[in-house]
Amino acid sequence: MLTRRTFLRTLAAGAATLVPLGGGRFLRRLPLGRRSPVPALVAAPTVDRTLVELNGLTGGAGAAAVAYAASPPQPTGPGIPGRRWVMVIDLARCDGCRECTRACQGMHFTPAGQEWIRVYELRDNEVAAPYWFPRPCMQCDNAPCVKVCPVSAAWKREDGIVMQDTSRCIGCRFCIAACPYGARSFNWVQPPETEAQQSLPYSDEWNQRHRKGTTEKCIFCPGLVKEGRLPACVAACPMGAIYFGDQEEDAVTNSQGETVRFSELIRQNAGYRFLEELGTEPRVYYLPPRKRVYPAPPDEPQPATRGVHP
Amino acid sequence: MIDGRRRQAFAPREQRLLDSLQATGPRYYALVGGLVAIILWGLIAYGVQLRYGLGVTGLRDNFMWGVYITNFVFFIGVSHVGALMSAILRLTGAEWRRPITRMAEAITFASLLMGALMPFVDMGRPDRILNLLLHGRLQSPILWDIMSITTYLTGSTLFLYVPMIPDIALLREHYARGPAWRRRLYTILALGWRGTPGQKHQLETIIGVLAVLIIPVAISVHTVVSWIMAMTLRAGWNSTIFGPYFVSGALFSGAAAVITAMAAFRWAYHLEDYITVRHFKRMGYLLIALGLIYAYFTFNEYWTPLYKLATHERGYLSAVVSGPYARIFWFTQIGGLLVPVLLLTLPTISWVPRLQSAPLLQPRPALAALAATLGLRVFVSSSGSPAAALGDVAALRALLPWVLTAAGIWLFVALLPFFRARPIAAAVVASLLVNVGAWLKRFVIIVPTLQYPFLPIRRAPVGWAVYRPTWVEWSITAAALAGFALIYILFSKLFPIVSIWETREERGTEASAGEVAHAPVP
Ligand code: SF4
Ligand code: SF4
Repeated sequence: MLTRRTFLRTLAAGAATLVPLGGGRFLRRLPLGRRSPVPALVAAPTVDRTLVELNGLTGGAGAAAVAYAASPPQPTGPGIPGRRWVMVIDLARCDGCRECTRACQGMHFTPAGQEWIRVYELRDNEVAAPYWFPRPCMQCDNAPCVKVCPVSAAWKREDGIVMQDTSRCIGCRFCIAACPYGARSFNWVQPPETEAQQSLPYSDEWNQRHRKGTTEKCIFCPGLVKEGRLPACVAACPMGAIYFGDQEEDAVTNSQGETVRFSELIRQNAGYRFLEELGTEPRVYYLPPRKRVYPAPPDEPQPATRGVHP
Repeated sequence: MIDGRRRQAFAPREQRLLDSLQATGPRYYALVGGLVAIILWGLIAYGVQLRYGLGVTGLRDNFMWGVYITNFVFFIGVSHVGALMSAILRLTGAEWRRPITRMAEAITFASLLMGALMPFVDMGRPDRILNLLLHGRLQSPILWDIMSITTYLTGSTLFLYVPMIPDIALLREHYARGPAWRRRLYTILALGWRGTPGQKHQLETIIGVLAVLIIPVAISVHTVVSWIMAMTLRAGWNSTIFGPYFVSGALFSGAAAVITAMAAFRWAYHLEDYITVRHFKRMGYLLIALGLIYAYFTFNEYWTPLYKLATHERGYLSAVVSGPYARIFWFTQIGGLLVPVLLLTLPTISWVPRLQSAPLLQPRPALAALAATLGLRVFVSSSGSPAAALGDVAALRALLPWVLTAAGIWLFVALLPFFRARPIAAAVVASLLVNVGAWLKRFVIIVPTLQYPFLPIRRAPVGWAVYRPTWVEWSITAAALAGFALIYILFSKLFPIVSIWETREERGTEASAGEVAHAPVP
């Protein structure tokens, strides 16, 4: 029977005969001939360079589309073992104050024009109520950006975070074209840096220094998470609208110290994922904007070019 | 003396062709100088881009791709037809192909070089280009592009070079006393060709094999190029027919480029003996056929989503059909597709010469009629006094498209007799229109989709929500076009632009199998 996996493997076998450029490493690593649970086209980078399978994904994805890295991008390694980070954004609590955006900008010194977590005013149709919609990177498990990156500068960690290696990115912007959520930004010029910023090292985990001609995005603040703290936006939300946690542990926490069962939270509140129909398998869930305790955004969404950046 | 005898071995038209290798003049130097100046200017623009980053272009986060990728798709498209057409014509034994195959193959070569350059111009970090080899990932369509374009470039260069070997050997003899660099170049490139029956047999086998191999390669290249868009989820790009759609568009624009080149070289090098009206007619038929195929795909590509108007597709569809991009889109459909096809068909109709005597097509009555119609329209639409309506600028502006359309139709009909008398001019105008339309169509495929992503463009800094290419992008585009022309011209100075040995053979076959060579032109 032709399953998705065997299909992909056949595809890869065919592609492998095409004398790929720089494919030597790829060929050596192809799980052909050996029974591998990972589709041949999407292998995961790990420190010991073995293939891993990400089991139990919701939505029947089977195995995640994970970056194949010729050499694991430095220095973050495969992520924190045994964890699968997840974010839940309660739209019923978000009042559009944009504290999350500001906290992110403060944490990462995001260059002008970039909002790694952007708060949209959305309205699904003319009858529906308008609502605020914070959009971080969804850290997709079947990530379009990771698929198309030619050099695995966009790559997927085992713990679910889609990382961005700005020391490897060639600036082709294919990932920006591929991301359906508009979560990626490009450094069109060398962003000016403050002195405080310049004293910091270049680090993929912290993303506080920025390079001209490379792509960047929200990465769930792996530096903070490693220290057991919440990502900057989550900690900054005055409404406690953003929860962050580990899906394996089934617990998520918000800025007000509420720790709840992730699965319960989603089930009780009819949680959903944005653009589920695209099959990107996001790691960010939303709770619908029901029974709100704050004023809704203006009926007329802002025109495209309004909204000035710091 | 020896030289003199050798000269006599060439027919007069061959002699003219050989002379074209050396003939230079003020016009030639002016042209080459102009092209070099444009290229230098483009290099300066690229220097500015390297220095300050891609921020000097009109590209921004929402419009991550623009003119450069448009150029990329355009040049790869133009490159398409050369090798493909020549391969198909060779395999089917179409005798009329002989004087034009090399021109077509050289187009492939020159425009492929320029097309392959574009993604690198577009790169944010060209200094990291080696990462593509060091860390290349096979599942990225960019790697597929690199593989297919290098394969095609190699294949089409061979396909250009191999059939040229006997001619290079001819040149080796011809320039036995010529400048040393030419002697050396031709001696090396001729690969010791002596024209023995064994060598001839080998040559024909290799050309045959190459012709067969180059067809799937050519088709795959443009399919893969379309996939850099079709492999994303974006509404407007997420299409299963992008592969064949792009291939058909590429063939159409490439055939048009061949016609332009045919006319240019015929005029510049006086190749009337080689390239006849018959060739333009044949190429015209080819262009019509390819245009209809392309129209079919375009219709499919737009009509199916237009009928359904799915949520995410509404944005770009309305922008293209009636919104900000409508003018460009309809120009590509009417000016770049309908008018060229009409230009190639209508003038052949038998009553066209009689149009000349139609009073309404004379300038003065036509203008009078136009003015009367417009006056009536203004009068009716304002339903007040005509004077008041004339003071109404908005009403006048609304009239402008109508005036232009009417004038355009009038011009087209009035010029039909002219084009009947000059089929070559008709073919050239048609092919130039096709190529302008082709470039704009690539732009309309790429940019409007970016204007309407899944999440609307919000909170973009001022000026980031529309795409306006800057002088840097236009300069580099002009330089790429100039580079294409320069490579092509220099090529024609090194090698005869028409195959000498193949056109010699044509005379043989024409004599023996005249029926085939002169198959009735439909
Ligand atoms: S939201 Fe966009 S950038 Fe983030 S993982 Fe998904 S596709 Fe990639
Ligand atoms: S811009 Fe950088 S991260 Fe994005 S696809 Fe290209 S190389 Fe990968």
